[in-house]
Amino acid sequence: MNVEFAALALILVFPALGVIFNLFFGARLGRGAVNLVGPGVMFLAFAVSTWAFVKILAMPAGGALYCPLWRWIEAGSFHVELGLRVDALSGVMVMVVTGVGSFIHLYSVGYMAHDEDYARFFTYMNLFALSMLILVLADNILMMFVGWEGVGLCSYLLIAFWYTNPEFAYNGRKAFIVNRIGDAGFVLGILTILSALAHHGVWTLNFVEIQSHAGLIGTTAATAAGLLLFLGATGKSAQIPLYVWLPDAMVGPTPVSALIHAATMVTAGVYMVARLNFLYMLAPDAMAVVATIGALTAFFAGTIAIVQPDIKRVLAYSTVSQLGYMFLGVGSGAFAAGIFHVMTHAFFKGLLFLCAGSVIHALEGEQDMNKMGALRKRLPITFWTMFIATLAITAVPGFSGYFSKDLILEGAYESGHFWLWLLGAITAGVTGFYMFRLIFMTFFGESRVEADKLHHVHESPPVMTIPLIVLAVFAAIGGWVGLPEGLLWGDAFARFLSPVVGNFKPAVEASPAMLSAIATGLGGLGILLAYVCYLRMPGLPVIAAWRAKALYDLLLEKYRIDELYNLIVTRPLFFISDQVLNRGVDRMVIDGAANGAGLVVEAGGEAARRAETGNVQHYAFVYLLGVIGIVAYYLYLVIR
Amino acid sequence: MSGGILTALIFFPLLGAAFVLMLSDERATWNSAFIFSLVPLAISFYLFAAFDPHEAGYQFVEQYQWIPQFGISYHLGIDGISLLLVLLTTILISLSLLYSGGGDIDHRPREFCFFLLVLETGLLGALLAVDLFLFYVFWEVMLIPMYFLIGIWGHGRKIYAAVKFVLFTMVGSLLMLVAILYLVAAAKHAFGRLSFDLPLLYQVPLTQTEARWMFAAFALAFAIKVPMWPVHTWLPDAHTEAPTAGSVILAGIMLKMGTYGFLRFAIPLFPAVAVEAVPLFLALAVIGIIYGALVAMTQPDLKRLVAYSSVSHLGFVMLGIFALNPQGIDGAIYQMLNHGVSTGALFLLVGMLYLRRHTREISEFGGLWKSVPIYAGLFMFVMLSSAGLPGLNGFVGEFLIMLGTYLRSWPAAAFAVSGIVLGALYLLWTYERVMFGPVTHAVNQTIRDLNLREIAVMTPLIALMLFMGLYPAPLISRMQPSVERMLAGVRIEQVRLEQKSHQQAGGIARRDTEKQADSPFSARAALRAARESFNGTDRWSAQPYSGDRPLIETASAK
Repeated sequence: MNVEFAALALILVFPALGVIFNLFFGARLGRGAVNLVGPGVMFLAFAVSTWAFVKILAMPAGGALYCPLWRWIEAGSFHVELGLRVDALSGVMVMVVTGVGSFIHLYSVGYMAHDEDYARFFTYMNLFALSMLILVLADNILMMFVGWEGVGLCSYLLIAFWYTNPEFAYNGRKAFIVNRIGDAGFVLGILTILSALAHHGVWTLNFVEIQSHAGLIGTTAATAAGLLLFLGATGKSAQIPLYVWLPDAMVGPTPVSALIHAATMVTAGVYMVARLNFLYMLAPDAMAVVATIGALTAFFAGTIAIVQPDIKRVLAYSTVSQLGYMFLGVGSGAFAAGIFHVMTHAFFKGLLFLCAGSVIHALEGEQDMNKMGALRKRLPITFWTMFIATLAITAVPGFSGYFSKDLILEGAYESGHFWLWLLGAITAGVTGFYMFRLIFMTFFGESRVEADKLHHVHESPPVMTIPLIVLAVFAAIGGWVGLPEGLLWGDAFARFLSPVVGNFKPAVEASPAMLSAIATGLGGLGILLAYVCYLRMPGLPVIAAWRAKALYDLLLEKYRIDELYNLIVTRPLFFISDQVLNRGVDRMVIDGAANGAGLVVEAGGEAARRAETGNVQHYAFVYLLGVIGIVAYYLYLVIR
Repeated sequence: MSGGILTALIFFPLLGAAFVLMLSDERATWNSAFIFSLVPLAISFYLFAAFDPHEAGYQFVEQYQWIPQFGISYHLGIDGISLLLVLLTTILISLSLLYSGGGDIDHRPREFCFFLLVLETGLLGALLAVDLFLFYVFWEVMLIPMYFLIGIWGHGRKIYAAVKFVLFTMVGSLLMLVAILYLVAAAKHAFGRLSFDLPLLYQVPLTQTEARWMFAAFALAFAIKVPMWPVHTWLPDAHTEAPTAGSVILAGIMLKMGTYGFLRFAIPLFPAVAVEAVPLFLALAVIGIIYGALVAMTQPDLKRLVAYSSVSHLGFVMLGIFALNPQGIDGAIYQMLNHGVSTGALFLLVGMLYLRRHTREISEFGGLWKSVPIYAGLFMFVMLSSAGLPGLNGFVGEFLIMLGTYLRSWPAAAFAVSGIVLGALYLLWTYERVMFGPVTHAVNQTIRDLNLREIAVMTPLIALMLFMGLYPAPLISRMQPSVERMLAGVRIEQVRLEQKSHQQAGGIARRDTEKQADSPFSARAALRAARESFNGTDRWSAQPYSGDRPLIETASAK
């Protein structure tokens, strides 16, 4: 059942008004106005989203709200209409984006309280929310791409927010360019779908219409489109091979890391795959690639997180790793499980970043965990909320992450990806280790805080701690909407999404309880190991790092992937640009040829000028030669 | 025949040019030149409003005998292909005058205004001429004022740049003139009378060899103007040394004369050759896209960088044109407008910076955001529009071009898509070096932000970028019928070419074609579409290419 609901447009209008207000009047009207408008528009959008979501819940399964906007582009038979659509899938996403987004905006009021550029900050944040909501609410893939690139832009602007630092500016650009590489694939993916359908006379980019004509897309086209779009997802959602930008993105203000680089934007790729589930179902090979990349990324990023000293970098690699889980889920066909993890991850990872921000705020910008420790008593709210989030991410039974991660691993196993399941289960242990390492190093043990900072370490103001508490509640109980089958209401989440993403069809029989026990056991093992290494025997990690120095350095230096990319992509590109094309081809060959032609003409003119000597005898002689020549020619004709 | 409105549009600037020559006061010169440029602007807005978007042929037509002995007529008309370019021309000329009066041109303002207004007459005339001789006259008229604009008000090696610009263009133009004369002679042979009238010349029967040679001559003339790789090297010099207004007009409008020439002359006059030449032009366009972006990346001079980015952007336009389908060509025309707006704005911004610091070396800047936030914000916006951010104008054109190209040849699209990555790379890197980071030169701390006049110049362009990005439908719908009509002739040639290759390949290929009868790409569908377009138009009822056998019958008999 589809119902037109014009108020959906308001979800976009409010953040848009926020952008306009903060951009033009923010700096003039002062901090009070910006602090009211910036988060205010988000809460308004949240309210409208909740209204829409309640309407969806009240409708029979498979219902959707829509709101047509205007005809955007048309050329020949091709046309795109802008329109918004909320169904179960986008409903969940819009609730997460506006809900978590509102509280992070609120938190920012406190976090940015001492920054002069608050108006610019909230302009970007509102613009981000607008783009993200366009991405989620779009009823066609091209409009989705508008949001897709828009969030990338805001990510760039916010990473480079403190632009006077050249490294930050560089990291912002790096994020944008790496994302653009993915986006190039995304565009080709859109074109592949469009052209596959156009060959059958169907010109559409609308999700619903593509789905109803999906049969016309052949397996080859579906595989190509699926892989190309997934290339876009590896950029936006930081998967191998394009994940390199996300850890560097952590130089932006911490609320940005929470909102954009953990809770919302980076999950866009997962949302896209779930949204196009019908396309991916046509292309099992593309699905397998998605699942494999996801599992590999989850493990690979997890191992890097083990040794990082910077609290935000640990969380960044953890995000990359968790996103890998989500792709393992959707790649295995467990689309609902993937989206479920998007939701729980938004709660606990958003919270983790906000808590890290609270710690950093208290320590006046310190991010190195080697200079923290024993903060438990001084930052009690931060500690407890962060502890809950950690329990959730390490999938301790009962907490939100437990339910979603279990469903993903179950999906991976039951779809026949035994090795990927194993990798995912091992990663659960890795997650337990690095997360509890973070908790122990930050809040337990001896204090290593620098002496001059120690005496003004204080808990953050309520405007920051209230969002922490709210998110902690959701991080704890947010997973209860998807309980194991047979327990109370069972997996209500998957049932809610199934009209959009279909039901998971297992290929291999397995005992969910057994799989869950293995993963949870491995997670517990990781926690135990962290406990031993960082609380019981604090000297152990140092010895281990010294003993396995090569491995330790490799992990610390992130497998030197950045250096590799520099060597094989960036440096050759600049060399070709500067040395080969600019100095070589353009100036020497092409311009040389043109100037050479000019020189030939000039030389010709010079020669002609020499002939004009002004000497009459000279002319007469040439004249004579000419006459002889003509006579000789006629003689030749006669004789012949 | 309507009331001479196109004549008024073309010659009003010339009247203004004559008028400013009589003024001696500097302020009065600028003001009156600007006011004179507003009249054609108003006329072109009226034309846009009064334009019938369902009519494919020429509108507001004016036709008078000019030199009847040679069949030369004063024949003007406007259609969907030229309408928006006319609007772009009048907008950019007005903004250039408004900007230049603010201190950018510090000597001989009277002559400057004179040449700029004469240039406007040349540009508008070339866009509106329906007579090939008339077109050639205006085509050459454009050259002279631009030569003086670069040579007198330019910077650095301005004489070298001006001469290079004229020589490159003349080489192509002369070959085109020869081709025009040959074509007219062929028309006389076929129809028994001399005529330079374009609709008639579209129908001249030509042998394959003749058509190929003439297409080559036209294509070279236009390719130099575009400029396509590898005949682009005049552009960086001309752009770099030209005054700001000169660069704006050069990039914004004059380059479009090349792409417009392909759409109006080279392709519809010789559709059979154009269809054959598709692979060559797709390849050159793709090379141009990648090459222009790569060379732009490491330019030390801001203006040179923007100039090379034009090579890349115009590569996209050529790609769309030679996709030879509605999506590609609509996208190409749209991208011409986008490039005019966005690159014009970029040149204005670079000019404003030059005015303050008297240098364009990127290494001289850094950390500018702190001292000039409004400027930095506008620069960011324009840069994003140029980089094709969805929601702004550049994306609409680029996407349609990519779509058209993909439908024509997906490998070409796959290569071209790297252009959007490289485009973001050089723009963002430049931005970073100019605006971000610490202030490295103390003098940059004290430069002043934009004044009211400069903001007034930028505002219409910013508004256009937003409007064209969010609501392109009214613009594209106006060009659509004319593009379809132009493509009708091309489609027939495509069918011919396909049938030729099918006959060579045997019956298997043909069965495939018939299986996909509903496909828009199949020969039959193309033929149907072509015939429909033909029946819908009056002047185009004859075949544009009459070879040795009647074409439509042959095709439909299959």
